[in-house]
Amino acid sequence: MKLVKVHITLKEGVLDPQGKAVQNSLQTLGYDNVQEVRVGKYLELTVEDHANIEQEIEDMCNKLLANPVIENYSYTVEEEVAQ
Amino acid sequence: MKFAVVVFPGSNCDRDMQYAAKEVLGEEADLLWYKEANLDGYDAILIPGGFSYGDYLRCGAIASTSSVVSQLREKAEAGVPILGVCNGFQILLEAGLLPGALLRNKNLKFMCHFEELEVVNNQTQFTSEYQPNEVISVPIAHNEGNYYCDDETLAQLKANNQIVFTYKNNPNGSVADIAGIINEQGNVLGMMPHPERAAEAILNSADGLKLFQSMLVNWRERYVAGV
Repeated sequence: MKLVKVHITLKEGVLDPQGKAVQNSLQTLGYDNVQEVRVGKYLELTVEDHANIEQEIEDMCNKLLANPVIENYSYTVEEEVAQ
Repeated sequence: MKFAVVVFPGSNCDRDMQYAAKEVLGEEADLLWYKEANLDGYDAILIPGGFSYGDYLRCGAIASTSSVVSQLREKAEAGVPILGVCNGFQILLEAGLLPGALLRNKNLKFMCHFEELEVVNNQTQFTSEYQPNEVISVPIAHNEGNYYCDDETLAQLKANNQIVFTYKNNPNGSVADIAGIINEQGNVLGMMPHPERAAEAILNSADGLKLFQSMLVNWRERYVAGV
């Protein structure tokens, strides 16, 4: 089994009102060094290993997990560590 | 004229949509559960608002992968008029039937109130009963209605006259004040405001009714001989 870690982020130039709100709250708490916050998503997929695993993940990201109009994605494929 | 209203788990404007088409417009309108929906034989398809699949992942994303959306694609290709309102608009965008995406409202608030819209394109089968640049009052009810597309897409929308409705006082941060757009072919319209909630005077506005009347008039002109 492989553990696939998918990160989804908003594309540069796409407004992120949620990130802006988080940034404002951080500043309220006194963290004035924070220049920008962008909120994204993190998904973990446990996938049976096979030859085309990377291509399959790309497809999943393009078809469903990310919206290519507004989001970028990146992923890593790792060996699943037994619990 | 026979309307199909596609119902997804979490749709909540389906009955309003059916009511507008059936009771106010006076035509036939069936509620079709997405799983067993067969869109054959319908003259127009209405995708209602709501929170399909609880807005999981992204609004409309999960619904856009259902098999009824494959049928929608075929019908869109075949020229059948398709109207998506609110979550219905989100589904059409996620399915790639319309360009762009919808983001969280700029002020991060769910907004539910009447907005003034301008009918910037009345040369469509959904808006032909409106006057050019008519200003109408239609309610919005959304959290993710902030229309976004890149500059290239926006230029295309403008060049092809695909922007149909704009907000007079942009409530959500939408690019170019966009409230509703149509596909290039002119048979798929998506919009955030709810015309079905403004279909008769008792609802404080009957301005949305002309949209349904436009669909009926254009259908009659096209398909009913001798009318």
